Amino acid sequence: MFDYRPNILIIEDDAAIRRFVRTALEGEGAAIFEAETVQRGLIEAGTRHPDLVILDLGLPDADGMTLIRELRGWTEVPVLVLSARDAESDKIGALDAGADDYLSKPFGVGELLARVRVLLRRHGRGGAGQPAEIHFGEITLDFARRTVTRGGEAVHLTNREYRLLATLAAHRGKVLTHRELLREVWGPAYVGNNHYLRIYMGHLRQKLEADPAQPAYLLTEVGVGYRFAG
Amino acid sequence: MASAAPGRPDPDTLLRNLDAAGQPAARGRLRIYFGASAGVGKTYAMLEAARHRMEQGADVVAGVVETHGRKETMALLAGIPTLPQAEIRYRERALREFDLDGALARRPTLVLVDELAHSNVPGSRHDKRWQDVHELLAAGIDVWTTLNVQHLDSLNEAVGGITGVRIRETVPDAVFDDADEVILVDTSADELLRRLRQGKVYLPEQARHAAGHFFRKGNLIALRELALRRTAEHVDDDVQAYRLDRAITDIWRTREAVLACVAADDAGHVVRNAHRLAQQLDCELHVVTIESLRVQPQPASRHDTLRRVLAHAESLGARTEVLGGTDLVEAVVRYARRHNITKVVLGRTAPGGLRRLRLSLSGLLSRLLAPGWIWHRHSFADLLAATCPEIDVIRIAAPPLPAPARAAATAQAGEREPRRASRLPAYLWALVYCGAAAALSSLAFPVLHQTNIVMLFLLAVIGVALRHGRGPAALASLVSVGLFDFLFVQPLWSFAISDIQYALTFFVLLAVGLVIGQLTAGLRLQAETSVRREAEAHGLYEFARELSSALQPEQIVEATSSYVRAAFDTHCVLYVLDTTDHLLPAAAANATPGLEPALAQWAYDHGQPAGAGTATLSTSTFYYLPLQASMRTRGVLAIACGGRPDLDDAESRRQMAAYGTLVAIALERLHYVEVAQHALLNVESEKLRNSLLSAVSHDLRTPLTSLVGTSETLQRQHPELPRAVRDALHGLTVQARRMHAMVDNILDMARLQSSDAPLHREWQSIEELVGSALAYMRDALGPRRVAVGRLSDLPLVECDGVLIERVLCNLLENAIKYTPESSTLRIDAEIRGGRLATLVTDDGPGVPPDIADRIFDKFARGERESSTPGVGLGLAVCQAIVRAHGGDILLEAAPGGRGARFAFTLPLGTPPDIHPEPDTPCSTTDPTS
Repeated sequence: MFDYRPNILIIEDDAAIRRFVRTALEGEGAAIFEAETVQRGLIEAGTRHPDLVILDLGLPDADGMTLIRELRGWTEVPVLVLSARDAESDKIGALDAGADDYLSKPFGVGELLARVRVLLRRHGRGGAGQPAEIHFGEITLDFARRTVTRGGEAVHLTNREYRLLATLAAHRGKVLTHRELLREVWGPAYVGNNHYLRIYMGHLRQKLEADPAQPAYLLTEVGVGYRFAG
Repeated sequence: MASAAPGRPDPDTLLRNLDAAGQPAARGRLRIYFGASAGVGKTYAMLEAARHRMEQGADVVAGVVETHGRKETMALLAGIPTLPQAEIRYRERALREFDLDGALARRPTLVLVDELAHSNVPGSRHDKRWQDVHELLAAGIDVWTTLNVQHLDSLNEAVGGITGVRIRETVPDAVFDDADEVILVDTSADELLRRLRQGKVYLPEQARHAAGHFFRKGNLIALRELALRRTAEHVDDDVQAYRLDRAITDIWRTREAVLACVAADDAGHVVRNAHRLAQQLDCELHVVTIESLRVQPQPASRHDTLRRVLAHAESLGARTEVLGGTDLVEAVVRYARRHNITKVVLGRTAPGGLRRLRLSLSGLLSRLLAPGWIWHRHSFADLLAATCPEIDVIRIAAPPLPAPARAAATAQAGEREPRRASRLPAYLWALVYCGAAAALSSLAFPVLHQTNIVMLFLLAVIGVALRHGRGPAALASLVSVGLFDFLFVQPLWSFAISDIQYALTFFVLLAVGLVIGQLTAGLRLQAETSVRREAEAHGLYEFARELSSALQPEQIVEATSSYVRAAFDTHCVLYVLDTTDHLLPAAAANATPGLEPALAQWAYDHGQPAGAGTATLSTSTFYYLPLQASMRTRGVLAIACGGRPDLDDAESRRQMAAYGTLVAIALERLHYVEVAQHALLNVESEKLRNSLLSAVSHDLRTPLTSLVGTSETLQRQHPELPRAVRDALHGLTVQARRMHAMVDNILDMARLQSSDAPLHREWQSIEELVGSALAYMRDALGPRRVAVGRLSDLPLVECDGVLIERVLCNLLENAIKYTPESSTLRIDAEIRGGRLATLVTDDGPGVPPDIADRIFDKFARGERESSTPGVGLGLAVCQAIVRAHGGDILLEAAPGGRGARFAFTLPLGTPPDIHPEPDTPCSTTDPTS
């Protein structure tokens, strides 16, 4: 069950999908509003003040990406994208346009609820600002002192490794595209040099994960980017 | 025109290069056994070395070896397989010649071809044996051959000067210089003379009568020195080539260039000297002659000589041009500036200088007055030096004139007579004009003053000059003076003159007559030349315009044949490439006699003109011109030139080349229009396929999504549904997910099978891909254990991450399908010979041997009609993906003999660099950071 009664807007043209998403989320205590088109979706989003928007990218009347950009013009509401397409480029496009996360069809209810929870929690925290430190597994990340400890022992990270970890951790649960990460950590000139991320993520996993090949926190979204799950 | 312009690769060429990449077409190596004269033992040395090479297991064939009946040589040759000689019928006789096609078909590693300078029997493919050798080398066959110093083109003259024997068979120096190895076979003069006395030296036909003269000790020593020096130069070149950085050579080449300006008389001599100079400087050679607008057209024989010399210069690797214009100095300077010429080479003799003076008085005067006077080399050289001080002007000493050449010079002088005879009517006409003027004057004599009668004679001279040219005008001037004196000057009817003043009148009349005659005739010639040139230019322009509007090959063919007919008054056949790059005549050519498709093919393959008037099968009736466009040769234009000597000169050939270039450009344009249309079609069908695929994908996945979602929602409902219903719902979920996997595989397969499915290659970490695949498959794996080897230290590999993750997922899914839940899976990766191999191993029942070899086929399954689900596309998709990456996927024996192991490899490249980061620790006490 959610901690409060969130307003969730579902913009999806397939009635069957709308129905089961509604059932699943209502079961957890959310108030659901539905829209079938981008046009309706924008109106609903303006009038209902949703805490979360679930958006299908393959809508009949317009591109879902347009809707995200419109939304981002006036609200920070989290957007969860449902993509029926394989093309990773659509997901990257949606994320770069301002979406927070995506789910590939078909998805399980468990997956859906987990993503929705993370997004609501982050949004709910809203203006509370960044926590001073976060914990995951044995690791403690202290933003103020820029230190990382593992089971109480300091872990040596280089400057870039730390900034990469801090950027991911600051957007806990959100998928950050390669472009976003490179721009944030290395600077705009490095956009496109995805191999930097591969190398540095490898270093971070070796230092922080119990099994670098089966990471629990520093997750790869192949072809899209990375996500910090903690 | 190179077949590929730099920086702009031709797609066709790229494709061909791809094809050729598998089998590098190495050029054969040429070794020359080089000697000072016959009898030094070149053939013997070559055979001995060949025997040695054979013992080492090389495939050696004797293509042609002249033993001249020497026992030792024959004994050596006996052990070497000999290629049968070809028989060529020439003038009812069967002649034997080296079998080039036989050698090409036999493809040995090494062919022995004796006597490189040999001239082939007429009717052979090439005129010269060295051209045969050239083709053998191009086909990748090594060739060993022999050569005497006097056969080298640049030394031919020098040797002729030493020995007094001129040899017609020569080899261009370029062949010698380009030889990979030159082995000097050396014997002292005394030893050679001893062999000669013992009868061990075979003498060539031309030298036999001069043997006494040739084989003098002094000569032999001189020849030996020439051979040694030339070999030393070759060795020096090798060393230079080895030491000089290539880039430096290129800069050097662009900085230095030698230009030889030639006229007919000593053209060959000047070209040879300039070539030697260019070789010593290791720079480019240009040879120009000037089509001077001289009052008297050049005699045909001089024209021929020039043409031969220019062709010869081209064979030496020089760039040649015929310059036009009235100001020769300016033309040469312009050429020199445009081509970065640093040295200009001139001959020393003025063409026809003294000889012409002896032959005609008019010649002397005309020489002074005609625009061509500047062609006197002394003034030309001075003017050139004055105009262009930055250029060295080098003047070559006059060539030695050996006896035969002197005879030839005399013969050349005699040759003028028929030409004079052919112009006889013109001189008669000059007399007629003068007679008419005299008759008119005598009628008017009583009325007109003598001064005005002179004017009438001048009028006659002008008339003659206009109609009949310079010589007759000069004659008319002389005759006019005579007639005027004889008929109208006191005393009449006598050549004597009473008043000495008339001497001045005569002189002025003569001088004015000559000058006017010269100028008028000169103007006429200039006008004729410019009209002809204008017509040529206009023809080319019209042709270009016609071709530019051609949209079909047929239009090009039609335009070509009509314009070639208009320009050269002959017919032509155009060969173009069909869709499979085969050369075919564009129109029905079977009706054209004398056409040789094989020769057209040869011209196309070698990118060189062939047939009439060229070095290759010159007996042919057609001239085959390869149509070289900027990217590649687009076809061959065959022009009928048989029996048309007027089409054989350099000017016509140049014009034909211009036509050929236009046709080539038009053909290339059509080709690219076609390519563009084809590409457009491809793009369209690609778009269609993509939208179809994404529509199918969307329509299949949407219902599956609601199926999975709905059944899972029902399972989670409160209050709980009865257990039997929940189990049924679980089964529904599982089936729907399997169906989804199947849809994924089918769509992937469809995408991969479209020929140009793009791979989004990036430098990926295999550890990351394995981790992501395991996360994706976590639910499906159930309680199975997965052990992952150490992957952190492996290099990045360039691949499409999404697709390789799909391969890993499919391999895992395959393992899940055929193993019990208690089993353990392993994923490892390692480097195997430049590739990254990823291994997925299970300890299940393994793959039955009977399907092991077709396990990657579509719809192959482990157990026929079993309850194990899956369409058997998974492994086929894996194979398609891995192969698209240039890798391979294999079923390997699992260690310990139990279970199955799938291994797929990906080529390893060089990952891009990473800027190292200064190792500053992240935690600092600096509050600003």
